[in-house]
Amino acid sequence: MGQAIAFYTLSAFILGFAVLVVSTKDTVHSVLFLVLDFLFVAALYVLLGAPFLAAIQVLVYAGGIVVLYLFVVMLVNLKRSPEAHHDPHRRARLGFVLAALVLIEVGAIAAYSAGGPVRPAAPQAPPTAAATAVSAMRAVGNTEEVGWLLYTNYLIPFEVASMLLLVAMIGAIVLAKREL
Amino acid sequence: MPPGLSTLDFYYIRPEIVLTAGSLVVLIADVLLLRRRSGNALAWVTLAAIGATLLSLVPLANTRVEVANGLIAVDQFALFFKVVFLIAAAITVLMSTKYLEVEGVPPGEYYFLVLCATLGMMIMAGGIDLVTILVGLETMAVSFYILAGFIKPNQRSNEAAVKYFLLGAFSLGILLYGMSLMYGLSGSTNLRVMAAAFVGQESDPRLVLAVILVAAGVGFKIAAVPFHMWAPDVYEGAPTPITAFLSVGSKAASFAMLLRIFLEGMPSMNADWRLLFEALAIVTMTLGNVAALTQSNLKRMLAYSSIAHAGYLLIGVVAGTERGVSAMLIYLFVYAFMQLGAFAVLVLLRRRDVIGDELKDLSGLYVRSPFAAFAMLLFMLSLGGIPPTAGFMGKFWLFSAAIDAQYYGLAVIGVLNSAVSLYYYIRVVVFMYLKKETMGSELVLGPSLAVALGVAVVVTIVLGVYPRLLFELAEASAATLGAVR
Repeated sequence: MGQAIAFYTLSAFILGFAVLVVSTKDTVHSVLFLVLDFLFVAALYVLLGAPFLAAIQVLVYAGGIVVLYLFVVMLVNLKRSPEAHHDPHRRARLGFVLAALVLIEVGAIAAYSAGGPVRPAAPQAPPTAAATAVSAMRAVGNTEEVGWLLYTNYLIPFEVASMLLLVAMIGAIVLAKREL
Repeated sequence: MPPGLSTLDFYYIRPEIVLTAGSLVVLIADVLLLRRRSGNALAWVTLAAIGATLLSLVPLANTRVEVANGLIAVDQFALFFKVVFLIAAAITVLMSTKYLEVEGVPPGEYYFLVLCATLGMMIMAGGIDLVTILVGLETMAVSFYILAGFIKPNQRSNEAAVKYFLLGAFSLGILLYGMSLMYGLSGSTNLRVMAAAFVGQESDPRLVLAVILVAAGVGFKIAAVPFHMWAPDVYEGAPTPITAFLSVGSKAASFAMLLRIFLEGMPSMNADWRLLFEALAIVTMTLGNVAALTQSNLKRMLAYSSIAHAGYLLIGVVAGTERGVSAMLIYLFVYAFMQLGAFAVLVLLRRRDVIGDELKDLSGLYVRSPFAAFAMLLFMLSLGGIPPTAGFMGKFWLFSAAIDAQYYGLAVIGVLNSAVSLYYYIRVVVFMYLKKETMGSELVLGPSLAVALGVAVVVTIVLGVYPRLLFELAEASAATLGAVR
């Protein structure tokens, strides 16, 4: 029950922020909403008992890719629309975001206290508890398991992916360098 | 605990390992030979790598195993495609030597990327797991994005790369969405496990959605209408040898992926995807041919013709029988040679002072280079499906497979479309033989380009006259794929 509530709350936020990403006029705001969106997706992974994936999501998407986006936004230097600063609904929107944050907090606490005492190892517990639960279930930790699969079962796709990265790197050099 | 890989696994994926090593050797050789500016030496190294890979395929001729924990299948179906990719890559390299000199393109990275694209295709053809197929697809696609934009000073080349990259990334998103649905509904990424899980779920709307999304994603890659918009622009802008490789290798690999995903992964859904591909085949054939009628740029015309050929090939998918699949394999094989050959003639026309991809650049070719004119005549007849060329055999087999599977309408539309296509193929011949005015500097048929053209000519004639060996090979290969009956 608690997990379902948490899932739908998170999903609602993910969809809501996704809409904001495409509907805001200011590109920088759009990117910032994207960061929030990525963070909520990371929370979804935690809920599914995949803390490693959540960490990767935060590092790669919210970290790396968004920086790339910001670079592009700054480089192309899109002009801000003039009314961006005289937005009458600005405060209302800010209030909405703050209210949403409070709601998440309340939801998380509710989920925690609903699942906590009855089933201490249930996945709706906060990240650390979920990680312990998963590792207890599988004898090894989530990160270890991902690593294990990657270097045994999926070794060949992993190696091909490394070739893919080499191709991308060489491509970047070829296309970006002025004279070879 | 899942087991790791055994030594045997590495034995079975040896061709891929050889090719990867070969591509790295090319990269290193480029650094070592850099001062001497010898693109030809690099071409030799590349050809040696392709040759070694072909040789390492030989011991696997009759195997049919799943290796690497069910991620890759080593069977005759994969083998057939791998041979097509490697031959196409070799001809592309032969076409490239002169072209790279004229365009002033750095050869080392170019050949490296050609080999990497081939590696991706080989992984795609062997993949029976969505993970493998996807990394193979991306390795191929990223290599092509870069290769399409390789002539940096050329605006058209830049445009081609950006368009291809954006639409490719977009289509990948759609494909991945479909694949994630497939994974979610079956709990496995292995196509053969999926096939078992999907039995009895035919009416699940989520699965139908997965079929549509995956078909759309693959449709982009094979340039089927309505997902074809990128093809003419990319084909026109990319370096000509890359256009050739793109229209042959990438298309063949995407068809291999399509057959694997639908015939091996979702055979129980065949009512849905047959209907979908039937519609796609009809629209693709018709629109490709009609649009090709009005083109005055040869590369664009060949792009639309290649779209039309994707439509013909889809007929084999719709039939879905072993015969349909073997007809597709035959067609892809002969298509590779005639398409590469036609582009080789375009490479010949490219000189320092002439871009040579307009229809009028062909005028008087018969006088200036009778061999090239004859070769082009042969390729045009073959693409149009006139006997005694290989193209006729390919089309004949495809359409008869459709009739065999009782898709009479599809066969009739295919034949009508072939008739329409003759108009623009013959127009090329008219320009070469009947128009007299000539322009630009002398045409120089270098040795490597002559070999590329010669091989394409010989294969197109031989397979038109004596196709039996190819037919037997294709049938044996098709039999190793789980065909729908």
